[in-house]
Amino acid sequence: MAKAKAQAQAASVPAFYVTGDDHAHSGGSTMLGFWLYLMSDCLIFAVLFATYGVLGRNYAAGPSGADLFDLRLVAVNTAMLLFSSITYGFAMLAMDKGKQALMQRWLVVTGLFGLAFLAIELYEFAHLIREGATPMRSAFLSSFFTLVGTHGLHVTFGLIWLTVLMVQVSKRGLIEANRRRLLCLSMFWHFLDVIWIGVFTFVYLMGVLK
Amino acid sequence: MSGSHDQAEPHGAHGDDHAPHGSLRGYVTGFLLSVVLTAIPFWLVMNDILGNATLTAIVIMAFAAAQIVVHMVYFLHMNGRSEGGWNMMGLIFTLVIVAIVLAGSLWVMFHLNSNMMPDMHRM
Repeated sequence: MAKAKAQAQAASVPAFYVTGDDHAHSGGSTMLGFWLYLMSDCLIFAVLFATYGVLGRNYAAGPSGADLFDLRLVAVNTAMLLFSSITYGFAMLAMDKGKQALMQRWLVVTGLFGLAFLAIELYEFAHLIREGATPMRSAFLSSFFTLVGTHGLHVTFGLIWLTVLMVQVSKRGLIEANRRRLLCLSMFWHFLDVIWIGVFTFVYLMGVLK
Repeated sequence: MSGSHDQAEPHGAHGDDHAPHGSLRGYVTGFLLSVVLTAIPFWLVMNDILGNATLTAIVIMAFAAAQIVVHMVYFLHMNGRSEGGWNMMGLIFTLVIVAIVLAGSLWVMFHLNSNMMPDMHRM
């Protein structure tokens, strides 16, 4: 009743706001908001990349990237993250078709690839620290551990989020709220893979070049 | 929880065409392109194919840029139309800031370094 009246008014009076009702369901702008969060996260990484770019060759007579980095390990790590990206994509395709069990299985596979990535990264860090290449050794190593560690922390939180969502879906099913959350995590996860492209190119591959 | 539509029909009947979730073909294409764009830089660096560090650096940066575009298009489903173009607006704004932060930091700190060299007094 009131709505009809408002619409009749809107027809005669110019409207300076959106009168349409197409975003009435909750979370209509969540995806845009989450994208903007990712863009702000991108700025955090830009600052860390800039810091690494400035300090990355200040070895303080300590070891350089060419001495420390094992590119085969990094290649395996990159493969883990890339595999986890495509398996998350498969999970989203299963979600679109409403196949909850299949989606959960792809999410488990994604989580395992993510865990493998983290395990390899922690192994690498432990190896570096055991060799004396700690964050305190040089400006290069400080900026290296900060940049790569921040990315690793993001992956860790992504894995926690993934686990929580799998529990949510198993308890409540593929309700709209869970679909929205899974789509946000999808963006987060693929975004981390994009950041990793920058990491393996600028830190590892260019660090090994003389 | 946000009300009755949570229990609505499982497959979004609310016309969510503004959030394309991609297709199997899209994901597989993106994945294969990413594998190629990752493998070539690793191969170039690990086997020192080009024999010139500067040239190799430029080439692998070009591969990284290409792979970032591939991920944006095939995995993050970026295009000029999603969310009425606001996704693209946010991305462009962020890229401008990122370019300023990176280029500005490197430029300023490079000049600071060369001006603070120990042999400054000889100038």
